[in-house]
Amino acid sequence: MFDKILPYLLAGISVGGQYALIAVGYTMVYGILRLINFAHGDIFTAAGFFMVYITASLPMGISIPLVIVLTVALGFVLERVAYKPLRTAPRMSVMISAIGASYLMQNLMWYVTGGLAKQYPVLPWLSDSVQIGSASTKVVSIVTPILTVALVVALVMLIKHTKIGMAMRAVSVDFETSQLMGIRINSVISMTFIIGSALAAVGSMLFFTSYSTVTPTVGAMPGLKAFVAAVFGGIGSIPGAVIGAFIIGIAENLIKAAGYTAFSDAFTFVLLIIVLLFKPTGLFGEAAAEKV
Amino acid sequence: MSLLYIKDLRVNYGGIEAIKGISLTVEKGEIVTLIGANGAGKSTTLRAISGLVPLRDGTITYDGQVISGQSPQKIVSEGIGMVPEGRRVFPNLTVLENLRIGAYLRKDDLTPDIDHVYQLFPRLKERSWQPAGTLSGGEQQMLAVGRAMMMRPKLLMMDEPSLGLAPLVIRDIFRIIEKLHEEGITILLVEQNANAALRIADSAYVLETGSITMHGTGEELLSNPKVKEAYLGKSRSST
Repeated sequence: MFDKILPYLLAGISVGGQYALIAVGYTMVYGILRLINFAHGDIFTAAGFFMVYITASLPMGISIPLVIVLTVALGFVLERVAYKPLRTAPRMSVMISAIGASYLMQNLMWYVTGGLAKQYPVLPWLSDSVQIGSASTKVVSIVTPILTVALVVALVMLIKHTKIGMAMRAVSVDFETSQLMGIRINSVISMTFIIGSALAAVGSMLFFTSYSTVTPTVGAMPGLKAFVAAVFGGIGSIPGAVIGAFIIGIAENLIKAAGYTAFSDAFTFVLLIIVLLFKPTGLFGEAAAEKV
Repeated sequence: MSLLYIKDLRVNYGGIEAIKGISLTVEKGEIVTLIGANGAGKSTTLRAISGLVPLRDGTITYDGQVISGQSPQKIVSEGIGMVPEGRRVFPNLTVLENLRIGAYLRKDDLTPDIDHVYQLFPRLKERSWQPAGTLSGGEQQMLAVGRAMMMRPKLLMMDEPSLGLAPLVIRDIFRIIEKLHEEGITILLVEQNANAALRIADSAYVLETGSITMHGTGEELLSNPKVKEAYLGKSRSST
């Protein structure tokens, strides 16, 4: 029995880690701007394409850091172009801008790639096979949860114990008073997009090592699920997003193990509906998230 | 030369002209108070000085430099501290973090300043590790004052520090304001509690619907019949 479930469990933990790395980007941006950054999934996809194109001409050792840098730059530019000019606008305007930015990026990717699925390069070592008990899996499934937890712990430490982290916490509750302290709101907001995009870039490397082809809309599904994970965990809460992501990843794969593969996606979205109906603040969310 | 000089300040706020061309002066070492009813434009004046709302017209000169049009960050770094209306401590940060964030722009050692604030407000020291959201209103007000002091301001602006506090706590707050004044900090105080504010003020302005209607020393305004009637309450005007 356990032997039969083990591979699904491993896959679930691995997928959960990938969702978690994306979900942190959603939840951090929401924590500061009270904005669902709909373009976050497209940043994740773009990171996949960056890797495809860059590895075509550069060695892996340069490509990996370069992909992270480019993804971060993309996240930074997205915020400056699509969100910063709307800082004092009603939240609905910013949300519409986010949706627009998402479609723009998707269509740009169609245009550049011609809409054809691109083969994701094989990352050395991560794609090797390992044997765990009776299950055979790729190294990436083992690395993903460890790397995810390490990155998230580092991030939580940064937010709790550094000056910029303190500024982030301050800005998340009160823009105006933060300014009176001499904090540059825009730098703090940029920082959250930079961190979120960097994690999405790492997430995309782990994700595409398992899924191997990149299309312009491939980020939509993991992006949506990471969003559900962030809501489930309590949007604005980083530990919540991570725990929510692992729960969703594992549950989806256990449902597959039980033979109901067709329902694994449905499960995630039913979960979203249930959370929104019965506990909209999620597992760890604050009671009053409304920004004054 | 005065520390702060405001000339013909006009500010639009929420589609109306909230400040209709006021001029006022704050001399170094003074306590200056701005009194007036709700909606007279007192807070807007402070917000304009600190760079949070844009000016429509006029100039604000601080320490010989024009600061109007600068960013709030720049204005804070010049030495203008603010205790905002409603205290606005960061509820999710600890008391100590609230003090540290008050000195966000400083890069030197903060220990002497933190000790100094704790000496002024021993209650805060006891609650150093508590989230500021768990403090009482009076404690939050003390924290807001302590936080503003961490930047070592030359000019401290306080927006309704007595608002919503019990009379005993209000007395404490005014005692602290006088103490800060003795330490050499220039204070611009906005208050609805006109009686307490005028008693400690060197100079006072009365603001009515965006215009200054009276100006004098604190004592002059305290004994002015119009001020008595409008701002000090009937029981006091009869004595």
